[in-house]
Amino acid sequence: MNFEIPAFLPAVPEMFVLGMACLILVLDAFLPDSRRDITYGLVQATLLGAAGLTFWLAGPETQITFHGTFVADPMSDVLKLATYVVTFFVFLYSRPYLMERDIYKGEFYVLGLFGVLGMMIMISAHNFLTLYLGLELLALVSYALVAFWRDSPRASEAAMKYFVLGALASGLLLYGLSMIYGMTGSLDIATVAAALTAAEEGMNVPLVFGLVFVVVAVAFKLGAVPFHMWVPDVYDGAPTAVTLFIATAPKIAGFALLMRLLVEGLGPLHGDWQGMLVVLAVLSLTVGNVIAIAQTSLKRMLAYSTIAHVGFLFMGILAGTDTGYASAMFYIIVYALTAAGGFGMIILLSGRGFEADQLEDFKGLARRNPWFAFLMLLLLFSMAGVPPTVGFFAKLAVIQAAIGAGYVWLGVYAVIFSIIGAFYYLRVVKLMFFDEPVVERAPADRGGVFATAISINGLAVLALGIFPGLLLTLTHYAISG
Amino acid sequence: MFTDWPILSLLIWLPILGGFLTLAAGRDAPAVALRLGLAVALATFVVSLLLWFTFERGTAEMQFQEFTPWIAAFNVHYHLGVDGISMPLILLTTLTTVLVVIAAWGSVKEQVGYYVAAFLVMQGLMIGMFSALDAVLFYVFFEAMLIPMFLVIGIWGGPRRVYATIKFFLYTFLGSVFMLIALIYMYLQSGSFAILDFHHLPLPMTAQILIFLAFFAAFAVKIPMFPVHTWLPDAHVEAPTGGSVILAAIMLKIGGYGFLRFSLPITPDAAAVLDVLVITLSLIAVVYIGLVALVQSDMKKLIAYSSIAHMGFVTLGFFIAFMIFRNTGDWSGASMGIAGGMVQMISHGFISAAMFFAVGVLYDRLHSRNIADYGGVVNTMPWFAAFFVLFAMANTGLPGTSGFVGEFMVILAAFRADFWLAFLAATTLILAAAYTLWLVKRVIFGEIGNDNVAKLKDLDRREFLIMGVLAFFVLLLGVWPAPLLDVMNATIDHLVAHIAQSKLPAL
Repeated sequence: MNFEIPAFLPAVPEMFVLGMACLILVLDAFLPDSRRDITYGLVQATLLGAAGLTFWLAGPETQITFHGTFVADPMSDVLKLATYVVTFFVFLYSRPYLMERDIYKGEFYVLGLFGVLGMMIMISAHNFLTLYLGLELLALVSYALVAFWRDSPRASEAAMKYFVLGALASGLLLYGLSMIYGMTGSLDIATVAAALTAAEEGMNVPLVFGLVFVVVAVAFKLGAVPFHMWVPDVYDGAPTAVTLFIATAPKIAGFALLMRLLVEGLGPLHGDWQGMLVVLAVLSLTVGNVIAIAQTSLKRMLAYSTIAHVGFLFMGILAGTDTGYASAMFYIIVYALTAAGGFGMIILLSGRGFEADQLEDFKGLARRNPWFAFLMLLLLFSMAGVPPTVGFFAKLAVIQAAIGAGYVWLGVYAVIFSIIGAFYYLRVVKLMFFDEPVVERAPADRGGVFATAISINGLAVLALGIFPGLLLTLTHYAISG
Repeated sequence: MFTDWPILSLLIWLPILGGFLTLAAGRDAPAVALRLGLAVALATFVVSLLLWFTFERGTAEMQFQEFTPWIAAFNVHYHLGVDGISMPLILLTTLTTVLVVIAAWGSVKEQVGYYVAAFLVMQGLMIGMFSALDAVLFYVFFEAMLIPMFLVIGIWGGPRRVYATIKFFLYTFLGSVFMLIALIYMYLQSGSFAILDFHHLPLPMTAQILIFLAFFAAFAVKIPMFPVHTWLPDAHVEAPTGGSVILAAIMLKIGGYGFLRFSLPITPDAAAVLDVLVITLSLIAVVYIGLVALVQSDMKKLIAYSSIAHMGFVTLGFFIAFMIFRNTGDWSGASMGIAGGMVQMISHGFISAAMFFAVGVLYDRLHSRNIADYGGVVNTMPWFAAFFVLFAMANTGLPGTSGFVGEFMVILAAFRADFWLAFLAATTLILAAAYTLWLVKRVIFGEIGNDNVAKLKDLDRREFLIMGVLAFFVLLLGVWPAPLLDVMNATIDHLVAHIAQSKLPAL
C-alpha cells in the first residue's frame, strides 16, 4: 500500500495560523501583564501574514488535497481574506475595551486566533468531517470567549445558554450528516453530490430527513428564526469585545458552511432545501425587524438586526444560482464589515465601568463628537440599506437574485420589512443628531489608531457604496471562477 | 465646444464636494461657511446657466451625455444626460439653492456650516437624480437625498420635528422600494438598467399594471397625491424655511419628473387603463385639499395644502393625455396637457418657494406661524406686503403671473377630454383664490393686529433680493413663457408620440 504525501501548499495559511497560535500561546505564558502588547502585536501580525500567504497562493484553479478533505478555490481565498480583514478590525477595537476591564489577557487573542483557524477550516472544508471539525473549533472558542470575563454574571449566563444550545445544534448536524452518510456512503462533499445526482427518486425520503437536521443545525449556528433564541441573550450578555468577535467574522464562515454543505454537497437536493430556506428567510425577516423595534439596548437591537440580515443572506442562497450565491457572499461580507463598525462604535463610546450599550448612551452624540456620529450614521444607513452606502447594493443584489429565481413576492416581502427595519436604525440616528446629550462625557480618547481604524471602517461603507463594482466582481469571481 | 465637457458631472459633484468642504472649513466659523457655501452655489448656478444656453432646442435627444461603466456585475452604468424635461428642473434646483443659502444668512443660528453643507449636498444629489439615465443611478440619488433632508428637518426643525422627519423618511422610503422591485424586474427582462432601454421594452399588460403601480407608489408619495399626502403638511410645518423651500420647490417635482421619465413611457398601456384612477385622485386633491387649505390656521400648513392642490393639477395635466385620446381619438391636445403640467411644476417651484420664504421672513421676526398672530402687516412692512400680495396672486393663477400659464394649459387640455372634468379642475381657481386671498386679508391687511406686529421691521436688503429674484421669475414666466416652452416642446412631442405606441408584445 502506497502512502501518498498530500500537497501541503494549499493549506499553508492554516498551518501558519496554527503554528503562530501555538507559539503565541507559549510565549504569552512567559510575558508579564505589562508586556501584553507583544501578544496583541504578534496576533495582528499573524493575521497580516496569513493574509499575505492567502493572497500569494490565491489562484483561479480549485485544488483539493489531504485525500479530498481540504479545498482551496477562489471562494475560499476571498472568504478567508474577508475573515482576516474583519478580524483585524475586531482585535483592534477590542484592545481598549479589555484594558479598561482589566481582562487584557493573552487568552483572548490566542483563542481568537484559534477561532480564525476554525473559520478557515470551515471555509476550506471539502469533507463533512472537516467541516464539522472547523465548526467545533470555532464554537468552542466562542463559548470560552463569551465566558471569558469571569467577574460578569451575565456573561457566564450567556455562555451557558450558548454552550447548551450550540452543543444541541452540533448534535443535530452530526445526526443529519450521519443520515446522509448512510444513504450515500460517503462524507466527501464531491462524492455525496455525485451520489445524490445519480440517486433514484425513492431514496429521497431518508435523505430529506437528514437534510432537515442539517438545515436546522445551520439555522441554529447562523441564528435564523425560529432557532434564534440564543442570539439576543448571547450578544447582550457577552462583553462587547466578544460580541464584536462572534457577530462578525463567524458569519462569513457561516456562509461558507451553507455553501459547502447545502450547495456543493447537497446541491442536488436544491428543490428540497429551497423551501426550507424560504420559510427561514421569511421568519427571520419578520421577527428580526419587528422585535428590534422594541429594544432599548443597542446590543440587543443589533442582535435582532443580525437575525434579519441572516434572512437576507438566505434569500441570496435560496435563489440557487451563481448570481444568488455571489450576492449572498457580497451581502455577508458587507454585513460583517458594517457590524464590526457598529459594535466598534459601542466600544468607542464605552469607558471604565461604563458599557455605552444602551440606546440612550448615543443621545446627542452629534454634539459631543460630530465625526463619530457621522460614521455611525453611515453604518446605520448601510444596515438599513439606504444608498449611497454599500448596504443598499447588498440588498439590491440578494433581492435581485431572489426575483430572478421567481420569488417576486419574497422580494416585495423583504423590502417591506426593510422599511420596518429602517425605523429602528433611524431612531438611533435621531438619538444621535436630534436629541440633547444625557451623558455629558465626551467619548474617551481611544488614540489615533482606533480613531483611524473606525474612520476607515465607516468610510469603507460609503466608498464601497459609491464603487461597489470591485467587491461585486470579486464575489462573482469567487463563485464562478 | 462645451458639449464635450463632463458638465453634468461637474454640476453634480461640485456642490457635493463643495458641501463637504464647507463642512470642514466652516464648522466653527459660520461666516466662512456661508460665504463658501454661497460661492459654491453661485458657481453651480453659473454652470447650470451655461448648460441652459448651450442646450440644443428642437430635439428630443438626450444631450450632454456621459457614459462610464460603473457596476459591471449588474450592467449598471454611470450614464447621465438631459432632455427638455430635466433641463428646466435642473436650473430650478440650482437657482433655488442659491436663494436658500442667501436666506440662511442671519436666519439660521445653530450649526450654520452643517446647514449650508446639507443643502449643497442635497442640490448635487437632486441634479444627479434629474440627469441620471440609469435606473440604479437614479435610485441611488433618489434615496440618498432623503438623508440630508432627514437631518435638515430633524436638526433645525420645529417642536414636532422628529415625528415629522421620520414620517417623511419612511413614507418616501416605502414608496420607493416598490419602484426598486419594478426596476429589478425590468432588469431581469431586459438585461440592463438603462432607462432608455426600459422605454422600448415590450411588457405584457399584467406586468405593466404592476410596474405602473410600483412607480405610482414611489411618485405619488413624493409629489404627493391624495391619500398619501399626509407627510407633507407635517414635514413643511416642522422644517426650517430652507427645508420647506427645497421640499416644495424641488422635491415635489421629483414625483412629477418620475411620472414623465418612468411611468408614462415605460408603461403607456397600463397608464391608459389606470388614468382614471390618477385623474380622480388629482381632482380630489384639487377640490378636497383646496377645501382643507381653507380652514388651516397655520400659514405653512395652508401653503403646504395649497402645494398638494397645485400638484394635483400637474398629475391631471400628465394623465389627461390618455383621456383626450380615448374621447377624441387623436393625440393632438395631449402635448398641451403635459406641457401645462411641466410649466405648472416650474411655476409652482418659484411661487411656493416665494411663499415659504415670505412665511420665513415673518417667522424670523415673530417666531409664530399662526395666522391669528398677525394682521395689518402692510402698515409696518409695505415692501413685504407688496411682494406677498404678488405671490398670493400668482398662487391663485392670476393672468400675467406664472401660475396662470400652467393652469390655463391644463384646463384647456381638460376641456378637450371632458367638459365636466375641466369644470371641476377649474374650481381650483376659485378655491385657490379663496384660501390665498383670505390668508392675505388676515395677515397683510386690516388694522394692526397686536403690539408685536406694530414693531415689525420691513425687509432688509438680503430678503429683498430673494423676494425680488423670485418675483422677477414669476412675472417673466407669466408674460413670456416661450423660452421655457421652447426647451420642453420637442421632448414632450416625442414623449406623446412614444406613449401613443402600445408596448404590449405582439402575439
